[in-house]
Amino acid sequence: MADSDRVVTVPIGPQHPALKEPESFMVDLRGEKIDAVRMRFGYNHRGIEKGCEQRSYTQDLYLVERVCGICSYSHSTAFVQAVEEIAGLELPRRARYIRTLIAELERIHSHLLWLGVAGHEIGFDTLLMYTWRDREQVMILLARLTGNRVNYGMNTLGGVRRDIAPEMLPEILKVVDSLEERTKSYIELAQTEQTLIQRLSHVGKLSKEDALRLGTVGPTARASGVDRDVRRDDPYAAYSDVSFKVVTADQCDVYGRTVVRLGELMETYSIIRQIVKNMPDGPIAIKAPRRIPEGEAVSRYEAPRGEDVHYVRGNGSEKPERVKVRAPTLANFSSVSKMLEDGYLADLPIVIAAIDPCFSCTDRMVSLRDGVSKDSRTMTWEEVSRMGIRWHRDRGLDFSGLRIRGGAGA
Amino acid sequence: MSALLNLVSILIFPGLLFLLVLGLAGQFVDRKLYARLQNRVGPPWYQPVADVFKLLGKEAVVPEEADRRMFTMAPVFALAAVIAAYLYIPLWNTAPVFSFPGDLVVVLYLLLIPTLTFFLGGWYSRSIFSTLGAVRSITQLFAYEIPLLIALLSPALLANSWSIAGMAAYYGAHPWRWMVNLLGFAVGIVTLLGKLERVPFDAPEAETEIVAGSFTEYSGRYLAFFRLAIDSEAIVSSSLLAAVFLPFGLGLPAWLGVIVYLAKVAGILSILALLRTVFARLRMDQMINFCWRYVAPLAFLQVIIDLVVKEFV
Amino acid sequence: MRERPRRLGAMLEAVLGSLFRKPATIRYPFEKFVMPKDFRGQPKFHSEKCSGCRLCIRDCPAQAITIAKVGEKKFEASIDLGRCVYCAQCAETCPRKAIDISTEFELAQLERGKLRVVFHAEAASAACPEESAGS
Repeated sequence: MADSDRVVTVPIGPQHPALKEPESFMVDLRGEKIDAVRMRFGYNHRGIEKGCEQRSYTQDLYLVERVCGICSYSHSTAFVQAVEEIAGLELPRRARYIRTLIAELERIHSHLLWLGVAGHEIGFDTLLMYTWRDREQVMILLARLTGNRVNYGMNTLGGVRRDIAPEMLPEILKVVDSLEERTKSYIELAQTEQTLIQRLSHVGKLSKEDALRLGTVGPTARASGVDRDVRRDDPYAAYSDVSFKVVTADQCDVYGRTVVRLGELMETYSIIRQIVKNMPDGPIAIKAPRRIPEGEAVSRYEAPRGEDVHYVRGNGSEKPERVKVRAPTLANFSSVSKMLEDGYLADLPIVIAAIDPCFSCTDRMVSLRDGVSKDSRTMTWEEVSRMGIRWHRDRGLDFSGLRIRGGAGA
Repeated sequence: MSALLNLVSILIFPGLLFLLVLGLAGQFVDRKLYARLQNRVGPPWYQPVADVFKLLGKEAVVPEEADRRMFTMAPVFALAAVIAAYLYIPLWNTAPVFSFPGDLVVVLYLLLIPTLTFFLGGWYSRSIFSTLGAVRSITQLFAYEIPLLIALLSPALLANSWSIAGMAAYYGAHPWRWMVNLLGFAVGIVTLLGKLERVPFDAPEAETEIVAGSFTEYSGRYLAFFRLAIDSEAIVSSSLLAAVFLPFGLGLPAWLGVIVYLAKVAGILSILALLRTVFARLRMDQMINFCWRYVAPLAFLQVIIDLVVKEFV
Repeated sequence: MRERPRRLGAMLEAVLGSLFRKPATIRYPFEKFVMPKDFRGQPKFHSEKCSGCRLCIRDCPAQAITIAKVGEKKFEASIDLGRCVYCAQCAETCPRKAIDISTEFELAQLERGKLRVVFHAEAASAACPEESAGS
């Protein structure tokens, strides 16, 4: 059936059932094989970094949290760690432990969500239903501990906002025990179910050299044998007090990424048990000033998707001078076109899902420089609007009914 | 008088109306079972009916680029073919509405038409996702149709008759001989998943890859007809499998026979729903591989078994 | 992970077992899910405790709360539930603890105006949704 001379372009996105968030993949197909993939992002850009500059640090806590729903605690903690470093705040031990606990609970919910989404992308809806049912246990636990199922609002400058009551600790262990049983059954499923293995293996291949060259992070990189994990290499919160394995795999394909995430879940349960056992007493926060002194800091965090980098620059006032977020998906997405080389269209959804894309995290501001003059230019709203109209008019669109606010038509 | 009786048989019972009602009931059984197996609640019994009425009430959009005639006629042909096939299948006794020698082959051809209409509907929608889905539908034919045909024809070899009613009569006369064909039954169930485009063989309708395949551009009453055709196809194919591989209980009094028939169809639908639940979707090439490597040889084996039994019994 | 024998339909037992268990679905709205007691739902304002310092407005990330002076040492607050992000920073910041966080989360309305809840000064804990003039 493959008419190998004809190339057909299939628009996967911006709206497509395979994608959880809008992004555009223009796929050139020959028959069922992929020739080339062109990716465009930016549909989720909300101006959060600019918004952070106009709000105080306290307000920014909640804004940065909402960069993403699934890894919201990653962004919140990375941001707050950077600010605390500029202000020179030393956190009490209990605050560090609580941060680690919530971080690992978030990792559980994110990986279980990913497992369900991966199942859905390959048509295995049963896996979706079961993993998301199990994920409810973590969501309810997080609601009890932090007051919300997502966007926990747990961090404050100098520590955490809520304490973990001693009677909650056995509850946490109960949830961990129950989820460990369930995760073991998913591991068994991944090792035995023939159709699952067939769909996930030898798909989305990324060699170790390519993973390093393209700058992938997180489980995507670890599945290609790259042994990097910010929790071990650059410990933050209480990670220097806990011992855990960094899970890598050498299959270099989507199956490897599944194996890595399942392995990370098992490690997470062990980390949580250690945290709960060794939870120190003490205050949960220290008083932080409203004005953060001049200075800049870079903070790294191992989000469920990979390394999340936040850069904050303070200028002595209540509002930050600049906040920059480098989400893990930004580092991973360039590997997608490599993974899809010579692949089938049917594998595209699972390959994209395997990097655990979170384009809400990714779409941040990028400065572009003109290729020739090496100049970057700022335009006002009116200039951008006129440029857009001119561009479309050159391609045959009729704008006779349009009025431009504040300036003459182009 | 006979003409009037025929008309009632075709349009009402056990023809069009009965088949549609059974089709909707079958869809409910499938969706409810699928949900319960996934620890969910599932839809209420009237959901398929409500869905049909909802679709009938919505605007039916025909894309500008599409070939209007083919686009609108494809669903109708699917439904018509399926109903026509149903009339030749013995349900709860050995006398279907119509019967003639060779009607087994005709029924198999009629059941091929829905897949062709999926292809035509998708192709003439002229939308990229529809085209991909249409092409996949036809490609999938190469994988499952041969094993299905062979499996369905092997009991006919044993029964020495090419009419389904004739086969039913033969197996009615020789009770328990249908057990020889159980391998063919298993092959039939697996390939039925391909014909009905269900997981693991639902690549033509893979929601996460090509939106809705051939049905992407369909809406309103055209989509309603296609859905009815698919639901009815499920019932007709299950009835065919039941008539060919499970031809017992055909001599019972009518009311008991109806219950046995419904139980057979419900049983086959339940197996299909269970299979839908525990597998992931196979890619096109993996599916073709699987069907030719494992399913087709088993179908051939069934033929050999039937020939051997015929020779020595 | 160690090698295990492959099979088709590995979830078969789990799936068949679910047939005999109650579904995991909460049949909302006939069954309600009760949120934990510390759940951050709608903020409630107690006018009698308010001193008009407006620190809550300063710290609200969403500019959801406004305080209006309606008399000598009498303040009323209006919270726009559509803008509120339910972070409870206002409750934490208020030095008089005049803001309380309830567990109500079923706050959807069909009209945007109804999302603005005004906490009047007189009947201290009564809240009424209405369009407040000039807020």
